[in-house]
Amino acid sequence: MWILRLNMADRSYRLEDVPAAYKNLGGRGMTSTLVADEVNPQCHPLGPNNKLVFAPGIVTGTSAPSSARVSAGAKSPLTGGIKESNAGTPWAHDLASLHIKALVVEGQAEAGNRWLAHLTWDVHAARPKVEFFPADEYAGQSLYEAFPKLYERFGRKVSIAAHGVAGEYGYANAGIAYNDLNGRPSRYSGRGGLGSVMARRGLKFVVLDPQGAPGPEFADKALFEQGALKLANGLRQHDITKPKGALNSYGTAVLINILNEAGGLPTRNFTSGRFEGAARIAGESIFEGVKNRLGREVYNHACSPGCIIQCSNTWYKADGSEHTSCVEYESDWALGADCGIDSLDDIAEMVRLCNAYGLDTIETGTTLAVAMAAGVIPFGDGKAAINLIHEMGKGTPLGRLLGGGTEMAGKAYGLTHVPTVKGQSMPAYEPRAVKGIGITYATTTMGADHTAGYTIAPEILGVSGKVDPLTPEGKAALSRAFQATTAFIDSSGHCLFIAFAILDIPSAFEGMVEECNGLLGTSWTADDVAKIGAEILKKERAFNEAAGIGKERDRVPEFMKIEPLPPHNQVFDVPDAALDSVFAEM
Amino acid sequence: MLVRAKLFATLARHLPGTHPGAVIEADLPEGATVADLLAKLGVPLSEARMFFVNGRVRPVDWALQPNDEVGVFPPIGGG
Repeated sequence: MWILRLNMADRSYRLEDVPAAYKNLGGRGMTSTLVADEVNPQCHPLGPNNKLVFAPGIVTGTSAPSSARVSAGAKSPLTGGIKESNAGTPWAHDLASLHIKALVVEGQAEAGNRWLAHLTWDVHAARPKVEFFPADEYAGQSLYEAFPKLYERFGRKVSIAAHGVAGEYGYANAGIAYNDLNGRPSRYSGRGGLGSVMARRGLKFVVLDPQGAPGPEFADKALFEQGALKLANGLRQHDITKPKGALNSYGTAVLINILNEAGGLPTRNFTSGRFEGAARIAGESIFEGVKNRLGREVYNHACSPGCIIQCSNTWYKADGSEHTSCVEYESDWALGADCGIDSLDDIAEMVRLCNAYGLDTIETGTTLAVAMAAGVIPFGDGKAAINLIHEMGKGTPLGRLLGGGTEMAGKAYGLTHVPTVKGQSMPAYEPRAVKGIGITYATTTMGADHTAGYTIAPEILGVSGKVDPLTPEGKAALSRAFQATTAFIDSSGHCLFIAFAILDIPSAFEGMVEECNGLLGTSWTADDVAKIGAEILKKERAFNEAAGIGKERDRVPEFMKIEPLPPHNQVFDVPDAALDSVFAEM
Repeated sequence: MLVRAKLFATLARHLPGTHPGAVIEADLPEGATVADLLAKLGVPLSEARMFFVNGRVRPVDWALQPNDEVGVFPPIGGG
């Protein structure tokens, strides 16, 4: 395995042996360690001293179930802190297949020049090789236009990482897009503006062709296979992750109704926890809507090779043609409930546009909601919202303002009601109605991020126990435990959704650890998982502190402490001392 | 007493002709619990994971009051 460095200043590359200290790292553990070790926390995120790091997970590229994940890391233009944003995509599998443990993009091409890096396997030298090609011809194009051209040029078996026009404009809300199994530009390292970090290196695409590369290397293949089997059995058995279970049938948007019922579905820029149109945009309605338009039931598909859960949906137009894939819970909520929009056709169009322009759907939706609160367009006006996304895609003055993200839009219009932490907008769970997730939003190194410590599992879903979402009691410890375990899962290469199964089924949890041990030759136990995760979090925390983001930034916006949220009329009443204890007692 | 029930996701399949989240009125004796409501509707307890009474997470043995609204979910997840 290698660390591959692309120097965009002179389009050279270098393969390095993996240092001993990095040998057991993968995914988030690798990206955060490399960023912490090599990037000056004081640097400008879009300047020459930032670096963009891609790392497949520890078991990515193997037959481990649901493990084709890649982490992208850098200093974030959105938060000003460290960022890790991971995605499930064939690109992750291919990066690991090329025996690349980390791809570090450094230096900057001459301003205005864009390049494509083509990575292949050199059979004679038994190592990956890189060719650079000019990519200016793809500037300004929709990613739905660019991806097919790249398949035509390099063959359908390659996989692609890219930024869209949002990255070209330098938006703090630009994601990195990857292909799904059907070649759509629909898989995202969405959060934190990493698409703009990629763009400012002058790197438009990374095209991977792993043909001829040898398979993965195992320290103990039998142990790996034993672990993979235990985990696969757990995923097939658990009601949430099994075939034709909730995720496979209704997709992640199955959560719309339950959060609405709990009074925790942020609605109209976080002014209510209930949306009267929730049922119309819920996962059940997506399933029924597709059934009505196609005349048959359609279960969801995998985003990446080797996934058992298969939760990615497709929305179809009234004439039966494909509209977009996929309408995730977060996208559905951000572009739907948070904007007061209850039309799945409008939401699907906005998802498609975000994929085309290279925007994070969450930050886009919450920014539109702030624009609605400011009176730029009315709440509930789907067509006007679609037009605002086009403004972002065209780079008009208004579009650029909105492309800067939710906090920037809030400042531009002088609003106090702006749902962000550390500059990143909150996702689809209301902190005033679900206190534990609010603690995660406030304290994670990532800015408001549900995936960083998904306390929703016990607070709303009854996974890993049941706790009252409205009480703040015990939630700091809960968030800390979830954050640490998550940092490990994000490093393993597994999709975070394996958590539903491994938190309820001990043998599946053991399986995940055995897979890692079988690959690396380590002798980790289940008890080591949270410890290893905590070490990663501490590195990220130290980077943020050096960047000027300390514990005083671990707070939710003031309006959540003073404005009660209907229907439960609760404020965010977690004491600052409890927030501070998340890292102080880690 | 009359209560209102809403069955979500796969649970709605137990009430043919309805749809997920449809409001169903049920007449129950005083002191009836969430479990009694499910028995009346013919929903197996083994398929139900989360119970919300007037928007609050409650256990299955929670005693209902007249006009309570009860949301019932099977195991679901996402993110």
